[in-house]
Amino acid sequence: MAKVLMKGNEAIAEAALRAGAEGYFCYPITPQTEVAEYLSKRMPEVGGMFLQGESELAVANMLFGAASTGKRVFTTSSSPGISLMQEAISYMAGAELPVVIINIMRGGPGLGGILPAQSDYFQAVKGGGHGDYRTLVLAPSTVQEAVDLTMLCFYLAQKYRNPVMMIGDGMIGQMMEAVEFPESYEEPPLPPPDEWAATGAKGRKARIIKSLFLDPVSLENNVLILEKKYQQMIREEVRCESYKISAKNKVLIVAYGTTARICQTVIDELEADGVSVGLFRPISLYPFPEKEILKEATRKNIKSVLTIEMSMAQMMEDVERAIQGRRPVHFYGRTGGIVPTPEEVKEQVLKVLSVKRRSTKKKS
Amino acid sequence: MAVDSKTVFDRPVTLRDVVTHYCPGCTHGVIHRLVAETLDELGLRERTCGVAPVGCSVLCYNYFDTDFMEAPHGRAPALATGFKRMRPDMIVFTYQGDGDLASIGMGEIVHAANRGEKFTTIFINNAVYGMTGGQMAPTTLPGQITTTCPAGRDVNHTGEPIRIAELLAALATPGYIERVAVHTPAHILKAKKAIRKAFTLQRDNKCYTLVEVLSTCPTNWGNTPGEAIEWLDENMIKYFPLGCYKDYVEPEGK
Amino acid sequence: MMHQYEVTFAGFGGQGIMTAGQLLAYAGIEEDKQVAWIPSYGPEMRGGTAYCTVVISDIPIGSPIISNPQCACVFNRPSFDKFTPLVKAGGLAIVNSSLIDVTTDRTDIDEILVPANEIAMKAGNAKAANVAVLGAFIGATGIVSFDTIKRVIKEKMARKKSVLEINYHALDEGRKLALKTLGKKARG
Ligand SMILES: Cc1ncc(C[n+]2csc(CCOP(=O)(O)OP(=O)(O)O)c2C)c(N)n1
Ligand code: SF4
Ligand SMILES: [Mg+2]
Repeated sequence: MAKVLMKGNEAIAEAALRAGAEGYFCYPITPQTEVAEYLSKRMPEVGGMFLQGESELAVANMLFGAASTGKRVFTTSSSPGISLMQEAISYMAGAELPVVIINIMRGGPGLGGILPAQSDYFQAVKGGGHGDYRTLVLAPSTVQEAVDLTMLCFYLAQKYRNPVMMIGDGMIGQMMEAVEFPESYEEPPLPPPDEWAATGAKGRKARIIKSLFLDPVSLENNVLILEKKYQQMIREEVRCESYKISAKNKVLIVAYGTTARICQTVIDELEADGVSVGLFRPISLYPFPEKEILKEATRKNIKSVLTIEMSMAQMMEDVERAIQGRRPVHFYGRTGGIVPTPEEVKEQVLKVLSVKRRSTKKKS
Repeated sequence: MAVDSKTVFDRPVTLRDVVTHYCPGCTHGVIHRLVAETLDELGLRERTCGVAPVGCSVLCYNYFDTDFMEAPHGRAPALATGFKRMRPDMIVFTYQGDGDLASIGMGEIVHAANRGEKFTTIFINNAVYGMTGGQMAPTTLPGQITTTCPAGRDVNHTGEPIRIAELLAALATPGYIERVAVHTPAHILKAKKAIRKAFTLQRDNKCYTLVEVLSTCPTNWGNTPGEAIEWLDENMIKYFPLGCYKDYVEPEGK
Repeated sequence: MMHQYEVTFAGFGGQGIMTAGQLLAYAGIEEDKQVAWIPSYGPEMRGGTAYCTVVISDIPIGSPIISNPQCACVFNRPSFDKFTPLVKAGGLAIVNSSLIDVTTDRTDIDEILVPANEIAMKAGNAKAANVAVLGAFIGATGIVSFDTIKRVIKEKMARKKSVLEINYHALDEGRKLALKTLGKKARG
């Protein structure tokens, strides 16, 4: 298929259809409402279900019901709406339901603003609801990647029977880029839903889709079953990318999503000035590419690591954990809907470079 | 020649002298004025706390010169309940749109009304989600086109519009519930009377009070301010008949 | 040798700002370039200034945040005040002189005055003002070819022949003005 120019939100909607989504439940909220508006037209065309619910609270629980049928279902929202969904996400993780939840993040806390942010990092990767559970979290940095990852989300949700999230900042939802949809979508084989979904107890034992285990031993067992899946995710689902990482780098930048793109521009500009910097971009935020970061950050030539976010040092905690104190980790971020400019990021890189130079002098 | 001059019309003290962000032809502003006049006339401004919704009127605290809280989407009645229970001597009102009150906040409003919470709700029914750009609301009329029902609202898919005044009036708990409109001077006068009655009942610690106001949204209805008034008159009032749905009755023996 | 080009279109809602940017972005794709169209979104959109930035590049596009574009096409006075100071030195400002009665005092950028509203009216439809400016932009920079932009206008915007003619006319008037302005400059 030829390349088409599409807004991120619409591309995500179309990608979900291509991945075989049969049901979509939503509640309007800026900056992702275009997904709902797009699907209000397209879903009926492809014979799928489009329903605007009365709240995100209801929508997330509609998703619970819809996923229990074994069909492919998803929702999209933005930060305050995603907060309302947390209870259901916890229940769906406990009940092992495959659902896709996409958060086009805006600035918070509270009503906050509507401009791009990455401030829901903790909420997404640490599990915003209660209990011992995880959601698999992916973060695109271009509209094309939003398409690819949306489709991947559906596969991973089925593969693990677990809620899968994609988080993109408002920029990813609002900007238009050229995208290409795969000609035909063929996914690897998956366990068929009729092994677990509530399809009617004809000729088999009744199935209960639930998260209640009053007996602590069976609850612990259930959590351990979940935990096994998370360990498998850590082994199989780490995704990341590097940009201009080389033996000449002195500083390693870690950034994801739109922020990573800004860092790429900075790296190109610095390269032209003779300053070599590399970028490590996590694509999966849970599982976090810990080993991979550790390896890149502890190369001999790397003196320090700089985490850049559109949030207040949230991902930095995971970067620090990965690096285990073996390199200093610096942070620079903007928040509240302000997207850092390449100029200010560049200044931070130069600052980190000079701080390090001074400290080496002191030692010698 | 000296002329005795008398001010016959002025800005209510409770309304700040600022430019609002509302679109041309939007009646949110008229409703603000009626609430402000009422608080002036009853002398309640200094002991009032409003609760702002999430919707076009989220910034109404910039226009009312009273204390205010900003609630999460739909939760204003819960905040109002908490506040009024701790400070029954104060006057509390929520100002909520139809998405805010009749969709996401349906649980809170029903229970607040049913508990007979002694605050006032000004409910703005404009048949659409204004702030987010014109999506379907629970009050969207059958066949009405919005950005999330591009083929017109199909009642087989999303049900009939919700009539909030009728619905809440069905509760057994005493209360005062009236539906008004503000698209003509005559309607504005009636609306003012209803709003004044609601705040008076609250001041006298009588009952839960709600005034539903049919309001225009030319921006998202896709028409001019003048056409919006006609559209409201011709379509909304038919579906949402004006009038008092529940009046407060003094308990016997008082 | 073009590497990456950035242009901001700015004006108030209803002036076809977003559309002008999208037409250019489509044309970029047609010519196998990398493109990004980045809108302003948010409260500004209701009544205030609306703007979008288009990045056209030979290589994958990094930052979608462009602080200093090579060109600003400004359609009203507030946009003129906000965006012409941001243009990169050596860059270009295209100014809708129908609504903006001042010119930049910057000497390090080129300026093309396009009476876009008048051109559009003369062409037959006031709505074509954005296309007149687009014509001037493409005429001045050659970022995409006129054949491509004409094809895009036909496919994405003006299927009706009469509307198409109006837009082509506005496009061409813009182009001629740009060539004349820059040509004069080069000679003088
Ligand atoms: C939890 C949550 N969900 C969604 C939103 C987005 N949102 C903001 S205003 C609004 C609808 C407002 O519509 P309405 O209450 O009818 O007020 P109007 O703007 O029409 O006056 C929505 C859905 C939000 N802010 N928070
Ligand atoms: S969008 Fe509608 S409700 Fe909101 S201010 Fe404009 S006209 Fe009023
Ligand atoms: Mg409304």
